[in-house]
Amino acid sequence: MNGFSRLAYVETKLFLRETGAAIGVFGLPVALVIGFGLIPGFSDPQKGLSGQIGTEYIASISVAIVLAVLGLTGVPMVIGQYRERGILRRLGVTPVRPLTLLLADLMVWAASAILSVAVVIGVARLAYHVPAPHLAGWFILSLLLGIAALFSLGLLVAAAAPTARSSAGLGWLLFFPNMFFAGVYFPTEEMSPVMRQIGNFTPLGSALHAVRDSWMGLTPRPEYLGIMAAYAVIAAALSARFFRWEQA
Amino acid sequence: MTAVIEVTGLTKRYGGEAVVDDISFHVDAGEIFGILGPNGAGKTTAVECLEGLRRRDSGEVRILGLDPRTDRHRLHQRIGVQLQESQLQEKLKVREALELYASFYPDPADWRELLERWGLSGKADTRFAKLSGGQKQRLFIALALIGNPEVVFLDELTSGLDPGARHATWDLISQVRAQGVTVVLVSHFMDEVEELCDRVAILERGRIAALDTPAGLVDRAGGEYRVRFRPMAQPDRPGLDEQSLAALPGVTAVSRHNAQVTVTGTGDFASAVTAELARRQVLVADLRIEGRSLDSAYVALTGRSMES
Repeated sequence: MNGFSRLAYVETKLFLRETGAAIGVFGLPVALVIGFGLIPGFSDPQKGLSGQIGTEYIASISVAIVLAVLGLTGVPMVIGQYRERGILRRLGVTPVRPLTLLLADLMVWAASAILSVAVVIGVARLAYHVPAPHLAGWFILSLLLGIAALFSLGLLVAAAAPTARSSAGLGWLLFFPNMFFAGVYFPTEEMSPVMRQIGNFTPLGSALHAVRDSWMGLTPRPEYLGIMAAYAVIAAALSARFFRWEQA
Repeated sequence: MTAVIEVTGLTKRYGGEAVVDDISFHVDAGEIFGILGPNGAGKTTAVECLEGLRRRDSGEVRILGLDPRTDRHRLHQRIGVQLQESQLQEKLKVREALELYASFYPDPADWRELLERWGLSGKADTRFAKLSGGQKQRLFIALALIGNPEVVFLDELTSGLDPGARHATWDLISQVRAQGVTVVLVSHFMDEVEELCDRVAILERGRIAALDTPAGLVDRAGGEYRVRFRPMAQPDRPGLDEQSLAALPGVTAVSRHNAQVTVTGTGDFASAVTAELARRQVLVADLRIEGRSLDSAYVALTGRSMES
């Protein structure tokens, strides 16, 4: 194995050793789908959810949770720690660059997100006959853009924060408003127009809209995809510009 | 001897202030070269410019003929580095760390052998966070050697090690050198440098205050030192003549306190004293030479002690 694949292999093992992360990324989303599915009548189309099936809506929420947990809590926390502990610096004196570790980690986390979403789709289908996303292509594009937007934002947090602690803290500070305005806590259908408008401009809000739409068979509105792409490009560019490889 | 490290006029500034200020030295193949100095003298910064971790502002650096500024990748395949105050992923096991780092190099060492040699074989499946300070330190030394480097940089090699482990580490470093590896040792421990290094650069405020062998530094520092001994009672011998000792070249004073004789002097007077004792067939006990150490030489050369 070369440096990159060995790093990816080791980082996968380390990721799975973090019980909390494994629960947040794999356990919680599935538990939500199973739990809400037990509510009688929830597998029928819901009037308050623009006619979406309740369990399908919860499965979409689970996708958003996976993106937010990984991108806004996992990415800033782990990268902040790797910098503070001198792990990135240590790699800087090997033939492998510290960037290789970041790329390996981002790949492992992205793969975890995709796997978790696949499990959610499978469980929802097997347990409650929730159909797989109708517009599979749009759904995959929305998921990938969502990963890119939220991971880039997490990277930017790690780039801006001086310490591991502040990096994790700042990530959580973005996590809750994103979850709130995206409509994870209660559906955007119940929000005031202003709140809904704010939500549309958050990366998680546009991701959740795009995921719900493509699941129901509606082509996601281009602005949702555009907003995610903009977050991805701008946050990644700023991170590349300001990222520090060692603790000051 | 060919120089594997050549440094000419190396300068590194932070905010206009030169932390490393126009230093030049070279290190020959197979040498253990020490960089000694108090905290904040610029030792680590200088070495990090050599390792390619920091970009120098001016001067020339060649390591194995490579410029760390432009040839980082090729350089990093051929050097090993132990950084000061570095950590690994908390849940990474010792075995995984060694396998991982071995995968970075074209011709890595056998990690099992390194594990054995550095006394970590029982710890292969222990997570990094569960290692003691000394075990972590030894793991980092093993990681510095995993790529079969031609030059290895060790920054504060024995910090966090107990006295027994320090001496064991010194022995191992001597073995590393015996295999032909060139070692650059950054330290603020006199005894370590005196024990291990062929040559030492004393760094002070970013400049080289002195550069010589440890013995050369001690000689150069000059200064007085003392030889103490207790003449044994020998009724049938004429005994010790203090006047004749005082007349020896280099001797500045001779004093006697109870049974103890103290001869003070400069230069190589100690061998003149022992020769004189032998000539007069005086048997002595508790012969000691005091004050002739790198420690006191350091104070003499820099005008201050290491801690200040």
